[in-house]
Amino acid sequence: MNPIWPMYRALVGVGMLCGLLIAVVFEGTLPIIEKNKAEALEKAVFTVIPAAVRRETIELDGGEVYAGYDESGNLAGIAIEASAMGYADILTLLYGYDPHAETIIGIRVLTSKETPGLGDKIEKDETFLRNFDALDARVDESGSAMRNRIVTVKNGTKTEPWQIDAITGATITSNAVGEALGSSSERWIPKVKEWADEH
Amino acid sequence: MSTDEFIKGLWRENPVFVQVLGMCPVLAVTNSAINGLAMGLATTFVMLMSNMIVSTLRNFIPKQVRIATYILVIATFVTIVDYAIAAISIDLHKALGAFIALIVVNCLILGRAEAFASKHTIGDAILDALGMGAGFTIALLALGGVREILGSGSLFNVTLFPANFEPWIVMILPGGGFFTLGAWLLVINFFKARKAAQEAIE
Amino acid sequence: MTEQSLWSVFVQAALVNNFVLAYFLGICPFMGVSTKTATAVRMGGAVMFVMLVASVCAFAIHRILIAVGAPFLELISFIAVIASTVQLVEMFIKKMSPALFRQLGIFLPLITTNCAILGLALFQTNKGYDFLQSLFYALGAGIGFTLALVLMAGIREKLELADMPDPAKGTAIALMVAGVLSMAFMGFAGLGG
Repeated sequence: MNPIWPMYRALVGVGMLCGLLIAVVFEGTLPIIEKNKAEALEKAVFTVIPAAVRRETIELDGGEVYAGYDESGNLAGIAIEASAMGYADILTLLYGYDPHAETIIGIRVLTSKETPGLGDKIEKDETFLRNFDALDARVDESGSAMRNRIVTVKNGTKTEPWQIDAITGATITSNAVGEALGSSSERWIPKVKEWADEH
Repeated sequence: MSTDEFIKGLWRENPVFVQVLGMCPVLAVTNSAINGLAMGLATTFVMLMSNMIVSTLRNFIPKQVRIATYILVIATFVTIVDYAIAAISIDLHKALGAFIALIVVNCLILGRAEAFASKHTIGDAILDALGMGAGFTIALLALGGVREILGSGSLFNVTLFPANFEPWIVMILPGGGFFTLGAWLLVINFFKARKAAQEAIE
Repeated sequence: MTEQSLWSVFVQAALVNNFVLAYFLGICPFMGVSTKTATAVRMGGAVMFVMLVASVCAFAIHRILIAVGAPFLELISFIAVIASTVQLVEMFIKKMSPALFRQLGIFLPLITTNCAILGLALFQTNKGYDFLQSLFYALGAGIGFTLALVLMAGIREKLELADMPDPAKGTAIALMVAGVLSMAFMGFAGLGG
C-alpha cells in the first residue's frame, strides 16, 4: 500500500520551497540584470555613433531605435538593429545612421555564430569596417524609400558609395551584413529620417 | 566523515574521465578555459546545494517520488545560478548561453543525488559534491585549456604565441571538442593500462 | 518572431546545426545507444516523438508564463513536461511492443535527461519561433538526431571488427569518429539559408 500523503507532502512541500527560492532570487537580481543589459546596449550605441554621449530609446512604427545625442545636445545619429541569416546562424548587428549626412557611420556586431578566423573577420578586419565610415543611405525624392539599396559586392568591385566590399573567403558572412543592412535600411531609414527632420 | 569522499571525485571516480557522465556541457562550453571554469563552478554550486538538500530531506521524500523531487530541486538551483551569472557578467552569460540551463539535465548531478546523497549524511554529501565538482571542473579545464591554446593561441585570454602562430581553428569548432576529449581518454587509458600491467608483473 | 522559412528552419536543425554534432546535445544516448543500427533507429524515433510533444508544450508554456508574469518558472515547467511525456511514452511502448521496450532498456527513461529535448525547448524559445516554425524545428532536430545516431551506429558496427590499440577502444575512438562526423556535417553550412 503506497501512502499518498507523504508523497503529496514531499512534492508539494519541496515544490513550494523551490518556487519561493526562485522568486526571491529573480526579484533580487532583476534590477542588476536590467542595468547590465542597458549598459551593454549603451556601449553598443556609443560605438556606432562615435560622437554620442547620451542615448534615448525612441519607439517608432512598432519598433525601437536609439537616438544618440552629442555633448551639445544635438542629434548625432540614430542606432538601428538589423539581422540576416549568416553562414552558421542568424547574425544581428547595430548600425549608426546620421540623418544630416544621410550615411551609415558605423556598425557593431551584436550576436554572431560565424566561423572563427573567417566569418568573424567582419568584426575585426579594418578594410571591411572602413566600408561603414560613410556608407550612402540616402532616401529618394518621395522620402518613403531608399534611393539605392545597400548591397554587398565582390571584393575589389566596389564602385558606388552604397556598396559594401566583401571580405575574400568570407563571402556568405559579408553578404549577410549587406542583406541585414539592406533590408533594415529599407524598413527603417525613411521613417527615421522623417522623425529626425521633425526633431 | 572522511576526506576520501572528497578525493575520490578528483581522480579515481572522476565524473568525466572515468564515469563518462555529463558529457554535453563538457564538449560544448570548453572552447575556452574561462568558459570551462565558469561552467565547472556553476555545476559544482548546483551539485552542492542539491546534495545538501537531498541529504537533509532524505527521510522525508518517499521512494516513489524521489526522482521527480530531485529534479525539482536541481532545476531550482540551476534557475538561481542562471540569474546569478546574468547579474555578475552579461558577457559570460551570453558565452555560456543555454548551457547554463542545461546543467539541469547533467546526469552527473542527478546521479550523485540518487546514488550518494540520498543515502549519506549531510557532511559526506557536501564532501562528495565538492569532490565530484572539483573533478568535473578539472576535466573542463583540461579540455578548455587544450582547445583554447591550440585553437586561439591563448589561455584565459592571455595570448601565448607570437603573431604568426596559425591557430588550429578546428579546435574551437564542435569537431575539436570531440577530438580533444577522445585524445584525453586515450592518454588516460594508456597510462591506466600501463600501470595495471606493471602491477601485474610485481 | 523571426522570418525564417519553414524549410530553412527544418534544414538548419537537421543538418547545418545538427543537435548532436554541432550543439553537443544528446551525447549520452549518442554514445550509449549507437552500437547497433537497429536500436539507434528506434531510439531516434522515440526521441523525435518526445521532441514534437515537448516543442508544442514548450511553446504553450512560454506564452502562458509570459502572460502571468512568471518567466522564472520556465525551466522547471519545461523539465516537468518532458519528464511526464517520457513517462507516458514509456507506458505506451510497454503496452504496444514489449520487445522494443526491453531492447531500449534503461535508455528510455534516460530520454528525460537527454539534453537534446530540453535544449530544443530552450532554443526555440530563445529564437522566438512561432508555432509552425517550432514544429518544423522539432521535426528537423529529431531527424537530425536520428541521422547522427544511425550514422554513428553503422560506423561503430564496422569498428568492432577493426584492429586497433587497446587504449583507443570504446569511447575514445567513438569520440574521434564523432569529431570527423561533426566536421563532415559542417559542409552543410549555407544549405537552406
